Amino acid sequence: MNPIALILFFPLLGFAVNGILGSKLPKNVASWLGTLMVLMSFIVTLGYLNQIASDVENSIKWNAYTFLNIDGLLFKASFALDRLSIWMTLIITGIGTLIHLYSISYMDHDKNPAKFFAYLNFFIFNMLLLVLGSNFLMMFFGWEGVGLCSYLLIGFWYQNPSYGHAARKAFVMNRIGDLGLLLGMFLIIKNYGSLEYADVLPAIAQGNGGTVLLTSIGILLFIGAMGKSAQIPLFTWLPDAMAGPTPVSALIHAATMVTAGIYLVIRCQALYSLAPMAQELILWIGLATAFIGALIGLRQNDIKKVLAYSTVSQLGFMFVALGVGAYTTALFHVTTHAFFKALLFLGAGSVIHGVHERQDISVMGGLKSKMPITYVTFLIGTLAISGFPLLSGFFSKDEILANVFHHNIFAYIVLVFSALLTATYMFRLLFLTFHGTFRGSDYSLSDVHESNWKMTVPLIVLAVLSVFGGLLNLPHYIMHSGGLLSNWLNPTFLIFENPIHAEMSTEIVLISIAIGVFLFGLIYSRNQYITKGLHPESPQSGMGNVLKNKFYFDEFYDKAIVKPIEFLGDILFSLFDTLLLYGATFSVHPILRFVGQLNRKIQNGNIEYYLIYMVGAIALLLGLNLLLA
Amino acid sequence: MLSIFHSLEISHYIYLSTVLFSIGLFGVLFRRNAIILLMCIELMLNAVNLLLAAFTEYMGDKQANGQMFVFFIMVVAAAEAAVGLAIIVMVYRNTRKTDVSFLDQLKDS
Amino acid sequence: MDVFSNLPLPFLILSFLTILGALYVVTSKNPVHSVLALILTFFTISAHYVLLNAQFLAIVNLMVYAGAIMVLFLFVLMLLNLNKESEPIKSNLWGFAAAISAGLLLLVLTAAFQTSGIAVMKANAEGIGLVKNLGRVLMTEYLVPFELTGILFVSAMVGAVLLGKRDKNDSVKSEETL
Repeated sequence: MNPIALILFFPLLGFAVNGILGSKLPKNVASWLGTLMVLMSFIVTLGYLNQIASDVENSIKWNAYTFLNIDGLLFKASFALDRLSIWMTLIITGIGTLIHLYSISYMDHDKNPAKFFAYLNFFIFNMLLLVLGSNFLMMFFGWEGVGLCSYLLIGFWYQNPSYGHAARKAFVMNRIGDLGLLLGMFLIIKNYGSLEYADVLPAIAQGNGGTVLLTSIGILLFIGAMGKSAQIPLFTWLPDAMAGPTPVSALIHAATMVTAGIYLVIRCQALYSLAPMAQELILWIGLATAFIGALIGLRQNDIKKVLAYSTVSQLGFMFVALGVGAYTTALFHVTTHAFFKALLFLGAGSVIHGVHERQDISVMGGLKSKMPITYVTFLIGTLAISGFPLLSGFFSKDEILANVFHHNIFAYIVLVFSALLTATYMFRLLFLTFHGTFRGSDYSLSDVHESNWKMTVPLIVLAVLSVFGGLLNLPHYIMHSGGLLSNWLNPTFLIFENPIHAEMSTEIVLISIAIGVFLFGLIYSRNQYITKGLHPESPQSGMGNVLKNKFYFDEFYDKAIVKPIEFLGDILFSLFDTLLLYGATFSVHPILRFVGQLNRKIQNGNIEYYLIYMVGAIALLLGLNLLLA
Repeated sequence: MLSIFHSLEISHYIYLSTVLFSIGLFGVLFRRNAIILLMCIELMLNAVNLLLAAFTEYMGDKQANGQMFVFFIMVVAAAEAAVGLAIIVMVYRNTRKTDVSFLDQLKDS
Repeated sequence: MDVFSNLPLPFLILSFLTILGALYVVTSKNPVHSVLALILTFFTISAHYVLLNAQFLAIVNLMVYAGAIMVLFLFVLMLLNLNKESEPIKSNLWGFAAAISAGLLLLVLTAAFQTSGIAVMKANAEGIGLVKNLGRVLMTEYLVPFELTGILFVSAMVGAVLLGKRDKNDSVKSEETL
């Protein structure tokens, strides 16, 4: 059996079994089954790593089914396991397995964990469709599928209406982006006559298509990426998506789904290389997102919200990397971010679990003594994201900064400042949660407990990966032949420009700045929250308030977009629906009744009338017969 | 006997019969007295009889099929008149009227 | 209608009388007058039968129709004491409606005849309407219907008698002669 089919089959099977039989299975069986399925996919993928690694051109293809054949334009369900997709698959299934394992314990007390695992498996399936698809169609299929799963999982505890709203918001915002994606795909179909990567991308690389066309397609595809990967202006769904269970946040909104947009841009590298304006757009939007996300995260008091804005900001970093043409760097940051953000989210989930479902850091503090493993792993995650030297985040972030430096100084400065903010708010989170004095009022420190092995083992694994993840793409000044990922991915690019290697002196300056940023964040936060012992801020006015209220983005959207649309809907409803539809439908009955009443009068029981009708009818029939015969 | 009337054609009898039929029909539709109604029906039947007899003559039918038909029509008319009148008498007994417009019970309330 | 130009006089007079009688039947206010007019009409129709070589039918018409059935009608009329016609006058509108309907049918039938183009047949066989001929045909060709008419009459008689029977639930007082 084709390995791709196998990889796709396991999560789908898990979804089917858990979905249909889930409620009848014991909780344990359903949970472990789901986890096992993802693990199987991971193992199969690993098995073929060697084959893909042996040659750049090697790839495993699978042409499953042809949906439509319209005059030569084929809509196929075809997949390809090449270097980019196998990398993404390993991330998805590897981290997916860890998160599934974590969820077994996390969702243990829920009344229907089987449904959860069914949805999770379905999500993995769709995400794999997305990355394994060898044409835009399957990518889109998976794109929509993960959007659906995101909706299902965010609103998993739908009994709370605000969770349902959050799910809906995520889906709708996603769809706004999808419009751009679809338009881009339509342009591709029209101009290249195919949706296959293997047809379109080489054609683009060979110069088929003017700059205007390529820029348009690029921008449209990026709009889709904006929705999926939470860039400004379509990012407000991500913090609200924290309504879902924490494993969902970890898997979908940190490690995998939100990286789909980045995957798309990397896949279309040939296109973006030839459309510099589109790249510029990506750069500036990514920059804005990185900056604003970091700012908002500085004044949030919900653990998960801080991490959510951190994700938004880090995604901005990745898009900045894409915007300066450093595609491999972006993928590198995707990988390391997956490691430490998943770690951080799972750690947050462990904390939430340990303090009995509280998420506000105002009522936490001093937890490190009670939750040592969680504390240590969370610390490692924080260090990684803040850029502690030699950890994974350090290398990936530094590479981005270096690439941006060579492109645009202003962007570099803003990005460095964003990195500074990142370090600051992350350490703020760490210190307020784990250090200091315990601030809980309606529960006591002795109630706090560490989580069991199913939750701590993934934490430990991810912590190790966060520490050593940097090995995946060591910079050229350490490894002269180039990092592993660079050598892995760069040859697959159709239009490749050799990266600019700065001089060693510039590199040292940049590294120093990075380390300095990290130290500033650490020391400043330590000062604020440990030495001075400040409590988490609840600013009532000024800039702090603005940050706390997330720059009033949601309120603005509500007033500017949502309310007008609702108003328009009301008008149209009262105009068209009420008048025309209801009017037409409900007037049928009175009309029929009226006609019936008229007819009733004929039957008055009077023979004379009947006789006249009869004679009239006979005359009519005979006459018609005469005329027509 | 008709041989003396060379100019008499079938069309004349057809017209006559049709006119008689229409007059009878008019009577059926117009009169309210049930007995008169039955009489007008008899008139209609007779018009038809006339036509049938005319056709046997003009077709030179040795078997006189038309006249046989007339014969049976008369039979049926007689029987029908008898039964019809019996019904009218019954109705009169119950309603003290022979007006057909009072027989309108079979209607939508 | 050029067919009317060469009509023989007897036919014209007879037809005239027939139609006149029929008209009086349907328009008379007095029901007894209607009956008498109908009897006259039957007489004229019998004359037509004679003209048409249907002698037997002429006599039977007189005997059965004018003699028996009309007498029956008259009898019932007298029984119900309908001498003075108290029939309420129908509205003119109704008259119009009835006339139009009947006229419509007349029109259609006439038009049908016009378009049909019946061939003029003139062969007339003497003696087809005599008793001997008719009797032979009746007893050979139409034997079964002939016997069936017997049954028909029996059932009609039984029906008439049954219907005319008075039963105890009648609303009429017993002194009434009905």
